[in-house]
Amino acid sequence: MSILVDNDTRVVVQGITGGEGRFHTEQMMEYGTNVVAGAVPGKGGEDVAGVPVYDTVDAAVEAEDADASVVFVPPAFASDAVFEALDTDLDLVVAITEGIPTQDMAKVNKRLSEVDTRLIGPNCPGIITPGETKLGILPGSIFDSGNVGLVSRSGTLTYQVVDNLTSRGIGQSTAIGIGGDPIIGTDFIDALELFENDPDTEAVVMCGEIGGEDEEAAAKFIGEYMDTPVAGFIAGRTAPPGKRMGHAGAIVSGSGTGTAESKIRALNDAGVPVGDTPNEVADYVEEFL
Amino acid sequence: MNGFYAKARHRLNLAMRLHEYQAKEIFADTGIPVPESRLATSVEEAVAAAEDIGYPCAIKAQVHVGGRGKAGGIKLADDEGEAEAYAEDILGMDLKGYTVDQVLVEEAVDFTNELYVGVTMDRGEGKPVAMVSTRGGVDIEEVAAEDPEAIAREHVDPAFGMHPYQARKAVYDAGVDPAIAGDVAKVLRTLYDLWTANDASDAEINPLMVTADDEVIAADAVLNVDDDALFRHPELAEMEEETFEDDLEKKAHEYDFDYVRLSGNVGIIGNGAGLVMTTLDLVDYYGGDPANFLDVGGGAKADRIANALDMVFSDDNVDAVVFNIFGGITRGDEVAKGINEALEQFDEVPKPVVVRLAGTNAEEGMEILNTDLVNVEGTLEDAVQRAVEFAKEVEA
Repeated sequence: MSILVDNDTRVVVQGITGGEGRFHTEQMMEYGTNVVAGAVPGKGGEDVAGVPVYDTVDAAVEAEDADASVVFVPPAFASDAVFEALDTDLDLVVAITEGIPTQDMAKVNKRLSEVDTRLIGPNCPGIITPGETKLGILPGSIFDSGNVGLVSRSGTLTYQVVDNLTSRGIGQSTAIGIGGDPIIGTDFIDALELFENDPDTEAVVMCGEIGGEDEEAAAKFIGEYMDTPVAGFIAGRTAPPGKRMGHAGAIVSGSGTGTAESKIRALNDAGVPVGDTPNEVADYVEEFL
Repeated sequence: MNGFYAKARHRLNLAMRLHEYQAKEIFADTGIPVPESRLATSVEEAVAAAEDIGYPCAIKAQVHVGGRGKAGGIKLADDEGEAEAYAEDILGMDLKGYTVDQVLVEEAVDFTNELYVGVTMDRGEGKPVAMVSTRGGVDIEEVAAEDPEAIAREHVDPAFGMHPYQARKAVYDAGVDPAIAGDVAKVLRTLYDLWTANDASDAEINPLMVTADDEVIAADAVLNVDDDALFRHPELAEMEEETFEDDLEKKAHEYDFDYVRLSGNVGIIGNGAGLVMTTLDLVDYYGGDPANFLDVGGGAKADRIANALDMVFSDDNVDAVVFNIFGGITRGDEVAKGINEALEQFDEVPKPVVVRLAGTNAEEGMEILNTDLVNVEGTLEDAVQRAVEFAKEVEA
C-alpha cells in the first residue's frame, strides 16, 4: 500500500521534449512508471522514448487516459503549465521546476483552492512508491518498498535519509518531496494526514529545515491527530543569522519561529524525536518498528 | 549573496533589495509622493545637493542595513557646515559591515504623524497581504511582536488584485485619522500595484509621514524583488548593486554558486540546500568548524564541479574539503569528471579532499574518479568525520 501514486497511475509528462524532461522520462519508465503521454505545445505527433506527444495536456489526457502529470517546464512558463494541468481532469500534478516566481505561485495557489486536483511542489524531487512507480527525479535505486512514509522539504536530503533507512533494511511506503519554495501545493500536514490514514504506513519520517513555520504547524498536527509514530530531522542548525531587511515578511511570519531550535522544540513537544544526524533518524525509526 | 544562503534566503522570503533611492524613483513614478532628493557619492556632491534642496535636509546612507538611523547612518543638517560634516562622517563609514559609498540628500519633512504601510507575501496563507499601522517611524517588527493588533492586515486575492474597499478597510481598521484616510488608502493601492508590477516580495513605506496640512509623503521606501522573477524585469536586474563581503563571495557570484563564507577550516561542497546545510551541521556535530556553504545546485556538469573545487581551494582558511553529492538530477559521472579535471592540474593536491558519491550514476562516477587524488568514503557521516580529522591534523 501507498499514498497518492501506485502501479495504476497513468502519467503525462509536460515538457517531455526538453533535456531534463527526456532524461527523466526514460529514468521513470526504467523504474516502471506508466508514462502514457507527453505534452509540449508545437510538438504534437512526435514521440519521446516511444511515448506519444500531444500539443495540449487536454489532448494527452483525452487520448491516453492519464490521471497525473509531471511538470519539467522552464520557470518562465511553468505556472502556465501548472494552470493547464489544473484545468484538466487530473488527480495529481507534480511540479519539478525550480525558480518559479512567487507571485505566479500565489495565483496557482488561488486556483488550487477551486479544484480537486492535488499539487506537489514546485521545486521538488517528486513522489515515489518504491517498487511501483515514481513521478519526478528521485533516484529509484536507493529506495526499497516497505512501511515507512517520508515527507521532506529538501530533495537531496530526502535521498540521504532514505539511504540511511534502506541500507539497514527499512523500506518505504511512499516518499514525497514537497519542495522548499515559499508557496507550495501539498504541505507537511497534508502528507502527514495521508500517511496517518494509510494502514500500511507504520512510521513516518519528516525532514524539515530552517525558515517559515510549516514544521511548527506540522508538530502541532502530529501532537493532536497522529497515532503513527513520527521521527524528525531539521537541517540548518549551524546556519549563521541572516541580515534580514524585508521587515514586512518578518511581521507576517512572526518572531521567534523559523529557527532550527524553534522547530526542534516544537517537534519534541509533540513527542517527535529529532535526530542529530540522518543516521540517528533511522535509529528512531528502527525503534518504532 | 550577503550573509545567508541564497537558497535558504529564498525560503526565508529574502530577495534582491533595492536601495532607498532606487525604490523612491519607482514609487515616485507611480504617483506616491516622496520628498525632493538627490544621490551623492562625494562630500562635494552632497553639499551641492544640500544647497539646492535647502535646510534642514537629511543625509542618508544608502546601504542594505536596517536601523540605519540608530547606527548613525542618517543625520539631519541645518546648514552648509553641518551638511559637509555629516557627509564626511557618513561617506566611507562602516555600517554593520557595509561600507557606505553613496548618500541620499533629502528635503526634511515637517511631520505631525508617522504611519506604516506595507505589502508582502504571506507564505503561510499563500496570499499577498497589505498592512497599515499608525505606529510608523519605529521598528515595525517590534510593534508586530509586542502589539500585533496595532497592525491592520488585509489579504488580497492575487487573481483580482486589491479591491478599493480593501484598502479603505485596512486604513479604517488601523485607526488612521479620517482627514487623511482617503490619501493613505490611495497610497496603499498604488503600493500594491507596484508590488505586483515589480514582482516584489516586500514593498514598504516606514514612515509614511503626515504633514500639518494633511499631506502624506513617503519618507523611506523599501522594495525587495523576487530573484526568481528578475528574468522579466531586466531594468531591476540592472539596478541590483552587488555588494560582496569579500573577494570569495564575488568569485562565487561570477561562478553563479550559492556560497557563504564562514569562519572554520573544513570546506564543504554539495548539492541541494538542505543536504549542504546538513553537511555543515554534521561538521559541527563531529567537532569540526565549517569554512563555507557551497551548493552547486541541481544537474551540475563537470566544469561546474571543477569551479566549485577552485572556489573552496581559493579560501586560505580551508584545510580539508568534504565533497558530498547525492545525485538525483546531478549525475555521479559528471561529478567525477569535474573532480578529476580540477585535481589533475595540480602536481600535488593542495588540500585533502574527501569524496562521497551516491545516487544517480554514482557507480559510473566511482569508476571514473581518480582515487589516487581523493579519499573516498561510503557514507555522509564517515566522509564528514574523515574531513574533520584531516582538518585537525593540519591544525595540530
